[in-house]
Amino acid sequence: MQQSEGMTIIVKTATRITVWIILLYGIYIIFHGHLSPGGGFGGGVIIALAFLNVMLAYGRKYTNNWLNIGFLQDVEASSALMFLVLGILGISLGGAFLANFMYKGKLFDLISSGTILPLNIIIGIKVGMSLFLVVWALAATNSEKGD
Amino acid sequence: MILPYYVIIPLLTAFLITLIAGKKDYWAIMLSFIAISALLLLSVFSFLTMKEETVTYVMSNWSVPIGIILVQDALTSYTLIMVSIISFTSLMYSVQYIRHLSMDWRYYAIFMLLVTGMNGVIVTGDLFNLFVFLEISLFSAFALVAYGGRAEEFEAAFKYTVMGSVSSVLVLLGIAILYSATSNLNMAKIAQILPTVDSKITYWVGGLFIAGFGLKAAIMPFHTWLPDAHSSAPAPISAMLSGVLIKALGIYVIIRIFFNVFNAPEIFTNIFLVLGTISIIIGVFLAVGQWDMKRLLAYHSISQIGYILLGLGIATPLGILGAVFHLFNHAIFKSLLFYNAGSVEYALGTRDLRKMGNLTKVLPTTSQTSLIASLSISGIPPFNGFFSKLIIIIAAVQAGLMGYAFLAIIGSILTLASFMKVQRYGFRGDNIISSIINPVEWRMNSAMIILAVLCVLTSLMVVPGIKELTLDPVVKVITEKTQYVQLVLGGLNVH
Amino acid sequence: MLVYILCFGLFLVGIYGVIVKRDLVKIILALGIQGYAVNLMIVLFGYRNGSIYPILAKGKEPVPMVDPLPQALVLTSIVIELGTTALIVALAIKLFEKYGTFDITKIRRLSG
Repeated sequence: MQQSEGMTIIVKTATRITVWIILLYGIYIIFHGHLSPGGGFGGGVIIALAFLNVMLAYGRKYTNNWLNIGFLQDVEASSALMFLVLGILGISLGGAFLANFMYKGKLFDLISSGTILPLNIIIGIKVGMSLFLVVWALAATNSEKGD
Repeated sequence: MILPYYVIIPLLTAFLITLIAGKKDYWAIMLSFIAISALLLLSVFSFLTMKEETVTYVMSNWSVPIGIILVQDALTSYTLIMVSIISFTSLMYSVQYIRHLSMDWRYYAIFMLLVTGMNGVIVTGDLFNLFVFLEISLFSAFALVAYGGRAEEFEAAFKYTVMGSVSSVLVLLGIAILYSATSNLNMAKIAQILPTVDSKITYWVGGLFIAGFGLKAAIMPFHTWLPDAHSSAPAPISAMLSGVLIKALGIYVIIRIFFNVFNAPEIFTNIFLVLGTISIIIGVFLAVGQWDMKRLLAYHSISQIGYILLGLGIATPLGILGAVFHLFNHAIFKSLLFYNAGSVEYALGTRDLRKMGNLTKVLPTTSQTSLIASLSISGIPPFNGFFSKLIIIIAAVQAGLMGYAFLAIIGSILTLASFMKVQRYGFRGDNIISSIINPVEWRMNSAMIILAVLCVLTSLMVVPGIKELTLDPVVKVITEKTQYVQLVLGGLNVH
Repeated sequence: MLVYILCFGLFLVGIYGVIVKRDLVKIILALGIQGYAVNLMIVLFGYRNGSIYPILAKGKEPVPMVDPLPQALVLTSIVIELGTTALIVALAIKLFEKYGTFDITKIRRLSG
C-alpha cells in the first residue's frame, strides 16, 4: 500500500521542479556530443534517470497515467530502425555502409561534422527509453514462491 | 559489396519484428523466413563464385590503419554456409515447437539477433569489432536458454551467464594487452607488426585467449556450463547452440587468431593436442553413464570438439583438412540428434531413457533419422562421420603421434557404445508405446529429413574431384598462415 | 608501475568474489567489479608521458595529447556490461521466485 503512494511530500515537490532541469541537461549533452565529451550514451542515461526519478517519487500507478508506455516502446523500436536506415543511405549516397554523406560545415559549429549529430540523437533516445523500460519491467514483479 | 548485407539483413529483421508484431506471431515467422532464405542464397552464391581470392570491404570509407574492414576468404564463406543451413532448419523446426510453449514474437526477434552476432564474428577483420559481435550473440544465447520458463532453465542460464561474463572479461584483457604492444587493432596489421615485438607478449596473450575462447568452445577444463545449458534449453535452441554457436564463436576465432595472426608457434599446437585428447576421452566416459537423453548428447558435443582440436593441433595439411571437414559434419549430425530428442520429448513428455520403449510405429520419421545420425556420429561408412574421423586418425599416424591416434580410436569405439545404448533403450525398447500426447507435424519432420539427406551428401565432399572445389581452398587459407596479411593489405580488392 | 599492479589487484578481488561468495547478489556485484577493473586498465594503457586530455576547444593551440582510442573502447565496453548486468539481475529475480532463496548452494536441481 505504501509502495503505490510514493514518497513524502517534500520529495514530490522537489521532483516536480528538478525533472525538467535534468531533462534539459541530458539534451544538452546529446547535442554537443561532437564538440565536448558525452555524446549519445551518456546523455541517454541522464534522460532515463529523469523519468526514473518520477517513477521512484510518485509510484507506478501515477507514472502509468502520466506517460503512455506503449508509445515509448514504439519510439524505442523505431529509433533503432532509423539508425539502420541512415547506415543504408550511406551505401547509396556515400559509397560504403555508414559513410558520412551530410553537410560537413565549419569547425566548432553546432551543425557540423555530417551524420554524427543525427546518430547521436538516435542513440540518446534509444538508450534512454531502453533503460527506463527495463527498470519499469523489473519493478513489476511480486514476490511469491512456487514453481 | 555484399559483405555488409550479412549483418544488415538479420539486424533489420529483428528491429522490424519488434515494431510491427501484434499479439500473434504470423508477421514474425514470415519476416524471419524471408531473411534466413536470403542469407542462405547469398552465402551459397558467394561460395560458388569466389574461387580463392580474398575480398575486403571498407566500412564508412575510412581506409586501413584507421578504419574497420570486413574480410571474406574461403574459410569465411564455408562457415557462413554452415550457419545458414542450421539456422534455416532450426527456424522451420521451432515454428511448431515454440507455439506449444507460447505464441510469442520475442523468440524470433532474439533468434535474429543471435544470427546477426554470429555472422558478424565470421566476416569481421578487426579485433574489437569481433568482441562486440561476440557479446551480441552471447546475450541472445543467454536469453534464449531461459526461454521456456521452468526452474531448471533459469538455473542453467544463470550459470552460463556468470561463466560467459568471466570469459569475456579475460578476452577483453587480452585485446588490451595486444593493443598496448602493437598500437593497432586490425588483425592483418597486427600480424605484420608482431614479429618485431617481444615474443613473451605472444605467450601471455595466447594463454588469455585460450582461456577466454576455450570457455566459449567448451574445451576440457572450461566445459562445466555445457551439460546444464544444452540440456535445459528448448530443442531448436540446443541445436543452434551445440551445432553452430560453439563453433562459430570458439573454433573459428581460435583458427583465425592462432593460425593467421600469431603464426602458430609450437607451444600452442602442443597445448591443442593435449586439451583435445583429454576432451575426447573424458567427454565420452562421462556420456556413457547418462540416462537423460539430451545430457548425453551435450557430453558428446564436448568429445567431438576434442576431435576438431586434435586435428588442429597436428598442424599438417591433412590434419587441418580433417578438422575442417569434421566441423561441418558435426554441425549437421549433432543438430539432427537434438531435433530427434526434441520431438521425442514433444510427443511423449519425458526425456528419461528408461521410460521410453518401442517408438518405430508411432514416430517413424524420428526413428529412421535417429538411426542415420547415430551411425554418422559413431563413424560407420558410408556416412560422413567415418571420413572425417578417418582423415584425422591417419594424419596423427603420419605425424608420428601414435599415442594420440590410439586414444582417438578408443573414443570412437566408446561413442558407438553409447549410441547403441540410446537406440536400444530409447527407440527399440521392450514395451510397445501406442499412444502419444502431441502429434508431430510436417514442419518438424521435414527439418529432420533435410538434415538426414545432407548427412549422406556431404560425405561426397572428400571425393577427389569435388575436394579441389570445396575443401582445398579452406585448407590453403589456414596453412598459409600469415599470407593472410599480403592478401588483405597488399592487393586490397576494394568493392 | 604501481598503478598497474593495483589495478590487477582489483581484478583479482572481483574473481575472488565470483568464486567464493554464496549469495546471488554478491556474485553479481563481483562481476561488476572485475569489469570495471579491466576498463580502468584499458584507459591506463593509453597514457603518454607529459600529455593532457584529448579535447580541442575553440581558441586553443594543439598540444601533445593522450591516446583517445582506448577511451572510445571503454565507452562501448561499459554499455555492454550494463546490458549483461540488467539480464543477470532479471534472472536472479526469477530464480528467487522459483526457488525461494538467494543461496547458491541450495539451487542445485541439475547435477551429474
